[in-house]
Amino acid sequence: MKKLTKNARSNAVTYAIVIAFYVVMQVLSGSGHLSNSLTGQLIPICVYICLAISLNLTVGILGELSLGHAGFMSVGAFTGIVVAMSLQSSVASGPVRLVLAMLAGGLLATVVGVIVGVPVLRLRGDYLAIVTLAFGEIIKNIINNLYVAFDASGLHVRMLRPITASELTDGFLIINGPQGASGVTKLSTFTAGFLLILFTLFVVLNLVQSRSGRAIMALRDNRIAAESVGINITKYKLMAFVVSAALAGMAGALYAMNFTTIAAKKFDFNTSILVLVFVVLGGMGNIRGSIIAAAVLYVLPELLRAMNDYRMLIYAVVLIVVMLATNNPVLKAFLARVRDGFTGLFRRKSPTPEGGDGDE
Amino acid sequence: MSFLTNLINGVSLGSVYAIIALGYTMVYGIAKMLNFAHGDVIMVGAYMCFCAMNYWGMSPLPGILVAVVVCTALGIIIEKLAYKPLRGATSLAVLITAIGVSYFLQNAALLIFTANQKSFTSVVNLPSLTLFGGQLTIRAIAIVTVIVSAVIMVALTLFVNRTKVGKAMRAVSEDKEAAQLMGINVNATISVTFAIGSGLAAIAGVLYLSAYPNLVPTTGSMPGIKAFTAAVFGGIGSIPGAMLGGILLGVIEILGKAYISTEMADAIVFAVLIIILLIKPTGLLGRAVREKV
Repeated sequence: MKKLTKNARSNAVTYAIVIAFYVVMQVLSGSGHLSNSLTGQLIPICVYICLAISLNLTVGILGELSLGHAGFMSVGAFTGIVVAMSLQSSVASGPVRLVLAMLAGGLLATVVGVIVGVPVLRLRGDYLAIVTLAFGEIIKNIINNLYVAFDASGLHVRMLRPITASELTDGFLIINGPQGASGVTKLSTFTAGFLLILFTLFVVLNLVQSRSGRAIMALRDNRIAAESVGINITKYKLMAFVVSAALAGMAGALYAMNFTTIAAKKFDFNTSILVLVFVVLGGMGNIRGSIIAAAVLYVLPELLRAMNDYRMLIYAVVLIVVMLATNNPVLKAFLARVRDGFTGLFRRKSPTPEGGDGDE
Repeated sequence: MSFLTNLINGVSLGSVYAIIALGYTMVYGIAKMLNFAHGDVIMVGAYMCFCAMNYWGMSPLPGILVAVVVCTALGIIIEKLAYKPLRGATSLAVLITAIGVSYFLQNAALLIFTANQKSFTSVVNLPSLTLFGGQLTIRAIAIVTVIVSAVIMVALTLFVNRTKVGKAMRAVSEDKEAAQLMGINVNATISVTFAIGSGLAAIAGVLYLSAYPNLVPTTGSMPGIKAFTAAVFGGIGSIPGAMLGGILLGVIEILGKAYISTEMADAIVFAVLIIILLIKPTGLLGRAVREKV
């Protein structure tokens, strides 16, 4: 352990948590200890963990509030569906098609991320937030009016006017406007979700701890100071934003492939907000916190099922109380004392190996 | 002539957005927070008026009064319980709390009124106005909405600029600490702001539902988002900006629906917003804050 740097140790713990989560869930579901509804939620949990990690890159690491994360998820989801359904006859293997769908979803989300990011990142604060919201709504509106079909002559893509069956020769409809996609083959698996979490973690942790990541955090902490030492604002802002969008796209593809039917209205403002709640409650810029918050909060309404009709009400109350409690100065001081006590204990047992590391 | 009808409908819808946007912008100006639960206060106001008229046998005017009183009280209670303890916390923490409040209101309404859609009875029972020998028909509710919001805007402008409380509000929005040192009761001023904003939301809710009568627990969220957009459009924190932004947004939405595409109306509204913000990054009437190094 002594050979590892502080970052590497912290990363190892994060990976270990994810792997432990996977193993425990596999064992539980294998031995039949997991309720049906919870088993059905394993893939969405993975998806939301990926989304929370990727949004944390924008909100926590870059420090810009984004209210349109579901838009990128949506782009990825429908691109993934189109790719997976078009390749149905040519690529037989399900997992290969899933990977191709996720890659395509990630790629198109990257493109959209650049298109959205270039104008958006010129703005600041609440104005930036409202424009991400606007882009999210525009993406939803466009997909709501998108008609895609596949037949012998290839893909047909059209806006606003529905594609009728008579126009197709031996083909099928993939996206049918507001009704969305139906007849999707369920390709997503819990293992795929687990691997996507690892991939997302790998990308984000490596980015954050690289030279670029430090530049991004410098922008967050003091934009003017960062600019004055020669950090290219646009480049690094765009980098964080686009990586975040791409990862959301991949997660979206995985999400879509978990249902037989899916419509654009699933990826609305509320979905963006849901992910934002995970990020804020998990701790801004704290990747491990995002993972735990996403998993716990996503299952919370399920665990509250016994309360029946009251569960969403209780969820809302929990949300408010947690925010009030974590921002309460008395409680904050108490927690800080407890934490200092703990680190103090460790200090006495083993003197710090880094020597001049100080108290931080 | 149909252009004129559309324009009037647009101004009417825009006036409702403007009233809601006033609540957003006043709260933002004073508490520096995005009150995401504001849209749901609209819904509560609409339900209150609905109940008063359909279950308690009241006529429209007392019904509106009930809605305004309940929403004003609700606004003050929400501020005291959920937002006041967070004064000085990060803006994101307040935002998430506001989202929590929004979930709470929606789900409470879901429990009380169920998800079944209720058809709101219009508070205006006047015949439509027909002009130019039947070529131009204007719904009475459109005219009433425009008049009511014009009155509200004038009254609010006078209130903020001419009264002592209004002066206190401007002072708090300018500099909270300095205002406190000058003997202004900051907490009371913030409460007043929330009360006014929520009361206006109730009126907006009744007017909106009278024109578009589908009442469900999530009714408030879309006009809420649109009005929030309108507030930013006009420059958040600026009262004339919220009015201008609201009306423009309503006109763009209705004209977009009529002449470009019904399905893409929302996308058009948001696209215009993005273009405006790119040209003028602090909104139409927003003050550009010079950065100090």
